[in-house]
Amino acid sequence: MNALLGFAVDFALFCFVLAMLFALLRLLRGPAAQDRVLALDTLYMNGMLLLIVLGIRSVSSIYFDVALLIAMFGFVGTVALAKFLLRGEVIEP
Amino acid sequence: MSSVPLWAAVPASILLLAAGLLAAIGSFGLLRLPDFFARMHAPTMGTTLGAGCVLIASMLVSSALASRPIAHELVITLFVVMTAPVTAMLLVRAAMYRRDRQKHNGGAKSTD
Repeated sequence: MNALLGFAVDFALFCFVLAMLFALLRLLRGPAAQDRVLALDTLYMNGMLLLIVLGIRSVSSIYFDVALLIAMFGFVGTVALAKFLLRGEVIEP
Repeated sequence: MSSVPLWAAVPASILLLAAGLLAAIGSFGLLRLPDFFARMHAPTMGTTLGAGCVLIASMLVSSALASRPIAHELVITLFVVMTAPVTAMLLVRAAMYRRDRQKHNGGAKSTD
């Protein structure tokens, strides 16, 4: 029973690391700037999910706060980068 | 993880397997698809359904370990559900603007 949950947690960790690796390759390769921003968005989202699965693995609530912070700051960063690509300026006067 | 009961361990395991597969397939699509607008839709599978599966699994396991309902993860779920469409819409608008500007400039190659 608990071996089943342990196997599922390990499989999910492997899959999220693989997804982060794919996103990192697209981030390094991406032909246009918007591809890199999209790859960064995918990267931080997969990292957040990885931290939540780590929180399941080691029963601790620290990882939850870290995941919440990563979600909030990642959203702010992606919106700022998209606004910069759209208007050439992040905070307009 | 030593005393998770069976009614919580089995659904949590299924949800974790599904979330891992969804995230890996979505990021593989991000790597392999040919166009930006095709690449846009692939990782949303992992970031909406995958995130929902992981957060429900986390809620199940922590509730079973504490033997009372714990719903902290609903905050992250709510935040992700609210912010994912905003990010997607802003990115697509930026990409369309840049594509139209490049076309208007007579197909000049941009350097980025």
